[in-house]
Amino acid sequence: MIIAIALAAGLLFGIGLIAGGMTDPSKVQGFLDLFGTWDPSLAFVMGGAILVGVVGFAVARRRRVAWSGEPIDLPQGRTIDRRLLTGGLLFGVGWGIGGLCPGPALTALGAGFVPAFWFVAAMLIGMALHDRFLGSWLARRRE
Amino acid sequence: MHIDPIHFTPWASLVGGLLIGLSASLYVVGLGRIAGIASIVGDTLRALLAGSLRGQAARVSFLFGMVVAPTVWILFRPLPPMTSVAGVVPLLAAGLLVGIGVRMGNGCTSGHGVCGLSRFSLRSLANVLAFMGAGVVAVYAIRHLL
Repeated sequence: MIIAIALAAGLLFGIGLIAGGMTDPSKVQGFLDLFGTWDPSLAFVMGGAILVGVVGFAVARRRRVAWSGEPIDLPQGRTIDRRLLTGGLLFGVGWGIGGLCPGPALTALGAGFVPAFWFVAAMLIGMALHDRFLGSWLARRRE
Repeated sequence: MHIDPIHFTPWASLVGGLLIGLSASLYVVGLGRIAGIASIVGDTLRALLAGSLRGQAARVSFLFGMVVAPTVWILFRPLPPMTSVAGVVPLLAAGLLVGIGVRMGNGCTSGHGVCGLSRFSLRSLANVLAFMGAGVVAVYAIRHLL
């Protein structure tokens, strides 16, 4: 049951990314090129996703348990701190340079798009670096 | 600013977005969790490095679905073009920045963008504004200054 739901969700997500144009780095850069020749398409991806997402999360909020029987676990954090914003800024710069974010990179990788391979390899190293060293160093520094 | 009439695909992008929203809804109502790719990848990687994928069935299946999506797609129609905008070295730098940034900020375009904004989370909105702003500045520098 869990596997079937997760697999269907992953497939839907990947197909949505392909249909929406998110797997094309030049299109992503075109969206971020606000002060050049702007391609607003990806705002429609985000808008469409939120349109349905608002309904999905409203349903989830009314339930205690998911279809799988597990409790519905929504993030409770509300703090807007330097860490949240710095993370966003670093991510944004990388997104702009490569025209890829984590989801589309994985789906593009599945399409055999070689640039996504380099990107994903470096992304996994970046995640591991953060988790192993940077995250705990930042937490220590704050104390 | 002027709109690029050649590449603008409002309908295809809207349909893509609706499917992504459906996926995120299915994930939260079906499994009770946020469909945030950065966290799904990051937590799976952490479990893998710790030596066991036990308890990661949902995450691994979701990621598998994302990776095989193009294979399913080409059964019905050709894949849309994918054009790279960077060489190997900038791609490696971009990947590193994205990997560190999404873990530090606890989410990416899906977790904070799609799911966070769908939940009306101010914390997610702050992160989205940060990464959108940084992305616009980076692309401005790359396309118009360098």
